[in-house]
Amino acid sequence: MKRHFARVLLAVVASLWFLPALPAHAEGESVVISGVIVDLSQAPIANVEFTLTAPDGSTQTTVSDATGLWQFSVNQTGGFIVEINPESLPSGVGLREPDRLTRSVFVFNLNNSPAQVQYLTGEGPKRASFTERALQLTLDGIVLGVTIGLAAVGLSLIFGTTGLTNFAHGELITLGGLGTFFFNSYLGLHLIPSALIALVLCLAIGGYAQDKLLWKPLRRRGSGLIAMMVISIGFGLMIRYIFLFFFGGDREQFLQYAGQAGLQIGPFSITPKMIIATIIGVVLIMLTILWLTRSTLGKASRAVSDNPALASASGIDVEKIILVVWVLGAFLAGFAGIMMGLNQGVQFIMGSDTLLLIFAAVTLGGLGTAYGAIVGSMVVGLFIQLSTLFIPTELKYVGALVVLIVILLVKPQGILGRRERIG
Amino acid sequence: MDFLFIFQQAISAAIGVNAIIYALAAIGLNLHFGYTGLLNFGQAGFLAVGAYTVAVLVVSFEVSIWLAFLAGIGMSILLALILGIPTLRLRADYLAIVTIAAAEIIRQVARSVTLREYFGGSDGITGKFGADFFALNPFKAGLDTPILRFTPNDLWVVLVGWVLVALFVVLTWAIVRSPWGRVIKAIREDEDAVRSLGKSVYLYKMQSLILGGVIGSFAGFVYAISRQSVQPDNYSTALTFFAYTVLILGGAARVLGPVVGSIIFWFLLVFVEQILRQAVANDLIPDWLLNPNQVGQIRFILVGLGLMLLMIYRPQGIFGDKKELALNARA
Amino acid sequence: MHAPNTSQKDRAVLALQNVEARPGVSKPDPIIVADNVVRQFGGLTAVNVEHVEIQRGAITALIGPNGAGKTTFFNLLTGFDKPNSGNWTFNGVELAGVAPHKVARMGMVRTFQLTKALFRLSVMDNMRLGAKNQIGEGILRSLLPFFWRNQEAQITARAEELLQRFKLDAKKDDFAAALSGGQRKLLEMARALMVEPELVMLDEPMAGVNPALTQSLLEHIKDLREQGMTVLFVEHDMDMVRDISDWVIVMAEGKVVAEGPPNSVMSNPAVIDAYLGAHHDLTLEED
Repeated sequence: MKRHFARVLLAVVASLWFLPALPAHAEGESVVISGVIVDLSQAPIANVEFTLTAPDGSTQTTVSDATGLWQFSVNQTGGFIVEINPESLPSGVGLREPDRLTRSVFVFNLNNSPAQVQYLTGEGPKRASFTERALQLTLDGIVLGVTIGLAAVGLSLIFGTTGLTNFAHGELITLGGLGTFFFNSYLGLHLIPSALIALVLCLAIGGYAQDKLLWKPLRRRGSGLIAMMVISIGFGLMIRYIFLFFFGGDREQFLQYAGQAGLQIGPFSITPKMIIATIIGVVLIMLTILWLTRSTLGKASRAVSDNPALASASGIDVEKIILVVWVLGAFLAGFAGIMMGLNQGVQFIMGSDTLLLIFAAVTLGGLGTAYGAIVGSMVVGLFIQLSTLFIPTELKYVGALVVLIVILLVKPQGILGRRERIG
Repeated sequence: MDFLFIFQQAISAAIGVNAIIYALAAIGLNLHFGYTGLLNFGQAGFLAVGAYTVAVLVVSFEVSIWLAFLAGIGMSILLALILGIPTLRLRADYLAIVTIAAAEIIRQVARSVTLREYFGGSDGITGKFGADFFALNPFKAGLDTPILRFTPNDLWVVLVGWVLVALFVVLTWAIVRSPWGRVIKAIREDEDAVRSLGKSVYLYKMQSLILGGVIGSFAGFVYAISRQSVQPDNYSTALTFFAYTVLILGGAARVLGPVVGSIIFWFLLVFVEQILRQAVANDLIPDWLLNPNQVGQIRFILVGLGLMLLMIYRPQGIFGDKKELALNARA
Repeated sequence: MHAPNTSQKDRAVLALQNVEARPGVSKPDPIIVADNVVRQFGGLTAVNVEHVEIQRGAITALIGPNGAGKTTFFNLLTGFDKPNSGNWTFNGVELAGVAPHKVARMGMVRTFQLTKALFRLSVMDNMRLGAKNQIGEGILRSLLPFFWRNQEAQITARAEELLQRFKLDAKKDDFAAALSGGQRKLLEMARALMVEPELVMLDEPMAGVNPALTQSLLEHIKDLREQGMTVLFVEHDMDMVRDISDWVIVMAEGKVVAEGPPNSVMSNPAVIDAYLGAHHDLTLEED
């Protein structure tokens, strides 16, 4: 319900931005969302990239033509999000509001007149040198690597102890991000308590309840690993679209710290919130490693990974270990979701969009080893960011996935993985 | 509620183009997953390669559509080789991860702004690239009965599509009962045993991957020709997962499983969706509970739930028997 | 059928009677010769065999306590695992680095400790799969049954013969999953014979077989020798080893520690030591 009030409010606000209607050339059942982008001297800018996210979550991309005009034709009603890609602006041109990359547009019905969206430009940031960019991207890569690593450790531990390749792990990330957003935006709590409640939700529902109610009964039934993998696909799909159902398809920001200004530390630019989040992330990963190497439970979990039958025979309660690993994995993934939310907002698809990168990290590190997952995550994070020095930003994930395939070709057992015993 | 309309929509879907596309995609997956035990999670990539090869060659290079089909088959073979060479020697889950990654690579490259002049970015490619195909259409009139409605062109696509489905079903039937089929089924059961008997497991897996992938590219051809356009986001991983649902619904490792699965899948999906749509339109379901935009989302929730429940309670498909279930559990 | 008294067994015993009982000794007519085969897992050396030869036409037992590296050595010889170093020959052909299916085609066929019956194939299809050079296994010709129909009939006839011998003919149309553990062992052995091997390598053929079937399994193994095949098998049941083998090779901690005819090896102090020593770590069960 709340959602719909928000939509109506959004629509009222959005309608204030609309300029008087252009001559209606919307034909039949579609509406045009468009704009003209010009620089300070009112000269049109061509080839600027815009992305439109529809209420059903689908996206389309377009670029401005020689007259600076860009447009989308839509044939559904609801809230749309337009996003500009600031990196597609020519050098020397930037956005006047660099933190406001998105605009919301609400289409009431398909006979509406075209919706106009405006982006104002100003002087762009001065082009950084290659070294400066490389340094900045290294920092961004570390932040991304920590984010991926938090999720990858959990995925890897679950894989190690149960053999499950969990295709629904991304939804734990989303649960962390959207959960925080829910308490923050819907219930009006401050971000920090919201995040804490969301994390409790993650470990209680995403971890404890998920294992108790879904995976443990399946293990009891003796479900095969491939069957469980397919079940996780169905589960992930269902949860993802339940999130969409309740939260809508828009990318949303937390209420606090959303537009935080970046700090300039030497050659690095980073927001204070990301410094803090990354440090917490690193601490969580280190605590996990300590737990694995020092605590009785952690050591037992490694024993279960090595040989469940042997571990069980030597008196380790395997089911208890698995439950602990699920709770820990869900907690870590939930924190990754909060980190991602702080950095780029939350959306129902945020987790599943990251899932392949997490798989890439885990596979690179060697399936089933927690350290491997962390190393793999840092490699993936750094590679993705640094690759943009050479390839278009929009293809950076593609680059990482290609590298995954190439590395498997050369070193099938992953960077840290050992050859396994056969027969 | 207009039940005649609901049935009309559901039956049209059950024998329409979508059912054909998913039946073909699932026939390929049946060879991979059902018979060989290969976890190909990138079937969408094979469809995309087939569809895009035809669209790009015909629209941009003005190649004859028949040559373009041949090229599409060639490209899907190439894709199978690229995926298979690094992964078919490794454990099953590596193939799963690499194939799903490859399908995403294909989709993201196809929708990239950088390569927009070739692939048309997120809008894809639209054009009359099926003209040569539709020129052969013998139907002058469409079908307009109370239950079924097709335009002449739709009728032609549907007819050719089902002929293709029939051909590939017969091919599957013939090949799985041959000694070749015996080898791939044995690989599904235990590949080390097959190695110990002197068969090159790698070779057979590769052949299976190629054959199933080529069948997938035919699904891509039907997709592209029926809509006269290709759009990258149609070939997302959701397509692959839907195809798996179709396969498991009808029964994996059954010759007719994918066809039965696809017909039931599309009938149910559209039936439920239309009932919800009408209920919303007639205010039987209040708008705050479900608005028209959300009906499309319900589809995904239902498919996800359906896939889970099938895999938990009826992994042998809705028509499978208990005996096979017992075998599955032990295998 | 050979008369029992002029059997292959006597020939094998005769050939081996003057061979000295020490690790790595040369045999008069070896089918396998292995040198310096080393396999490490992490820091652990699972196999470190300096030199070993397997006599043609004989039944050789490979024994040793759990964790001695017998199965790993089997995996290495048959190409299922790759050694860190070492080389070995089969009939004089260098085998290091050869893929497992090619090893099998050369006539060196193995079974597995945990039986690998192909569950959702019929018993008959399990058998047919073993036949070599099948025309219908080519992807194109598989679609044209007239190419392979005759060969398939011949293969089926041969499979039926073997199934009769192994008393599985009544089960031929059942799924392999429906067989008992012992029957699966028999099926696996019969299936290996479909490949027409020269050397049959059996990994713990008696493990998990009920005592009623043990005797018939033993007879089948002796039968292989009578038909001119060489048998190498892994076992740790000493009684069985004594009963059927012509030669025994003892492994402990990855090395060959003793060799000889069954009776002399059993009394060898190194062997007793290896077994007694191993009782303390019975938990190191191989899988």
